[in-house]
Amino acid sequence: MTHAVPPRTASPEVALAELKVGDRAVVLRLRDSHESLGDEVHSTLAQRLLELGFIPGEPVEVVGSIWPGADPIAVRLGRSLFALRRREAAAVLVTREGASS
Amino acid sequence: MSAHAADAELRLALVGVPNCGKTALFNRLTGSHQKVANYAGVTVERKEGRFTGASGRRYRLLDLPGAYSLTPTSLDEAITRDAVLGRLAGEPPPEVIVCVVDATNLRLNLRLVLELKALGLPLVVALNMSDIARARGYHVDRQALARELDLPVVETVAVAAGGAHALVEALDCREVPPPRGALPYRDPTPVEVVDTQREARRILGVTGYREPARQRALTLLDTVVLHPAAGLAVLAAVLFAVFQAVFSWAAIPMDLIDAGISRAGEWLLAVLPAGPLRSLLVDGVISGAGSVLVFLPQILILFLFILALEESGYLPRAAYLLDRLMGGVGLSGRAFIPLLSSFACAVPGIMATRTIPNVRDRMATILIAPLMTCSARLPVYALLIGAFIPARDIGPINLQGLVLFCLYFAGVISALAVAAVLKRTALKASYHPLLLELPEYHWPSPRNLAIGLWERARVFLRRVGTIILALMVVLWFLSSYPAPPPGADMPPIYYSFAGMIGRALEVLLAPVGFNWQISIALVPGLAAREVAVGALGTVYSLSATDDSAAAALAPIIAGSWSLATAFALLAWYVFAPQCLATIAVVKRETGGWRYPLAMTAYLFALAYVAAFVTYRVALALGA
Repeated sequence: MTHAVPPRTASPEVALAELKVGDRAVVLRLRDSHESLGDEVHSTLAQRLLELGFIPGEPVEVVGSIWPGADPIAVRLGRSLFALRRREAAAVLVTREGASS
Repeated sequence: MSAHAADAELRLALVGVPNCGKTALFNRLTGSHQKVANYAGVTVERKEGRFTGASGRRYRLLDLPGAYSLTPTSLDEAITRDAVLGRLAGEPPPEVIVCVVDATNLRLNLRLVLELKALGLPLVVALNMSDIARARGYHVDRQALARELDLPVVETVAVAAGGAHALVEALDCREVPPPRGALPYRDPTPVEVVDTQREARRILGVTGYREPARQRALTLLDTVVLHPAAGLAVLAAVLFAVFQAVFSWAAIPMDLIDAGISRAGEWLLAVLPAGPLRSLLVDGVISGAGSVLVFLPQILILFLFILALEESGYLPRAAYLLDRLMGGVGLSGRAFIPLLSSFACAVPGIMATRTIPNVRDRMATILIAPLMTCSARLPVYALLIGAFIPARDIGPINLQGLVLFCLYFAGVISALAVAAVLKRTALKASYHPLLLELPEYHWPSPRNLAIGLWERARVFLRRVGTIILALMVVLWFLSSYPAPPPGADMPPIYYSFAGMIGRALEVLLAPVGFNWQISIALVPGLAAREVAVGALGTVYSLSATDDSAAAALAPIIAGSWSLATAFALLAWYVFAPQCLATIAVVKRETGGWRYPLAMTAYLFALAYVAAFVTYRVALALGA
């Protein structure tokens, strides 16, 4: 037990939908959501997410969510702000960045 | 410029992601030289305009619907792709594409430029909003961008005079490209999309593109506006303020128009000899069309607010706030914008449903759009509220405004209920994702608001001038002939054709409290709601024993209708589908008679039931 606090950078991949308001993260990849959304919805959704800029390495920040159940959420990506529902946000896998502010 | 360049008309197309200021640039370039129609065979709005460059070359400019990419997720985006590729029937391919990009958000905008460039089309990039970019401290190197993209790049400020100067100059010195056919195309793979994104970011890096931190005030504004509780309170306050303004700001111009109409009627009475012509002009034309014209100020104020909210970037935020609520009845937050437009008029609202990607969601939205209280109902509501509700203030709230708000609210609640039923039965759909951009806030540009309002005013006045006026003249004829028998003790209209129809309808409408005058007014009111006010004016001014055609309608009906009847008529108007234009546009948008007929049937049924219940309850309460 030499390290009381595990290094933050080692935090595992989580879905964008799991983040809280104020959390910052970096996009890792898009999850395969063929099963949860169906083939057609999945591929148009994935394509559009990539077109809007949800590509690996891109920093994102959750800036708002609607109660109850944080659905939909508002996500800042660069100078853009996007509203997406939990099911869409579940398709984006991210890693938390630093301590949540 | 060589002579041949001035001869040929160059066909341009404006392409850009939504919210890049493309339509403002289109307005800047073409001013009032615009033509709005539909693309052949589909129901996407086609906006084309013309302008002439400094060289004398003439341009024909097509404003294509906003699109994030050439891989469409909506009908609008599919049209943009097909128009760019030259695959639209009856639409020659554009000779030069002007790709409009928002200089304050190149990260989102630049990928589309690369996608278009890969097609090998002649392309000019317009760095729009470059004034805002400079003022807010963005670093955008136009020349470096042009070098890296290997494309002409010009700065534009769509909202300032002369803001498109550099663009026109760049277009003027282009040769007319050789004619081309449709281009081959396939959707890019996800890997290719990521590649163009990386290339866009590489270009932004090497050209030294830097974004400043977002203004603190805007971030603060968003924490309030997007807050699930505070945001809804703001939305309610905004909508309430709009409806209060519609009533209080419009009062003075309405009085002026009203006085002008009375003056015109009196003048005609004085100069013309008594007879059928004077009766037609005074009772049919002036009091009929005039009593509708008087509501133009209210309609314009409502449109002004909707246009300003749209341009400011607030409307998509409202859609985000309401997505959950609308999701509860099976609709997408995207349905909010078409439904809000329907408060002004259901026709543009139904056309705005084209941005809803899912067909069943779209059909449900179309079917409930007429329940949003359109401005054509305002004349009827205003007349009845003015006649029956005292203009008292309860604290800071105007009682008439409050009643109006309740009528709007009733429309919204019933729309949600109908949607819930539809989405659980006939229009059950599989899940459809929500990915909605919440654009940066912008001050609305007065010029864009003015052009937008002018368009609306023109449409409204054209309706008053054509359909409504024609109906008023027909109604005048029906109400004047045949003449009453000698020694008749009822007003002359009672014996006319209109009186016969009205008395026949009264059998059906008496249970909901409507008298024969209302029944008559509803006959022409089936074509367009606001006509009913003019029709009431004609019915009452003709049925009055003296010759006071210019007498105000409100005191007459206040004296002759019961409160229960007035409330029943208000309830009827919340639902009744009395608008041929709406039914026609639903047929066009849905491609058949099924939806317009279903819509008309369910709305009349609701109207009858609502009026019946209201009348009986009001009677029971002693109204």
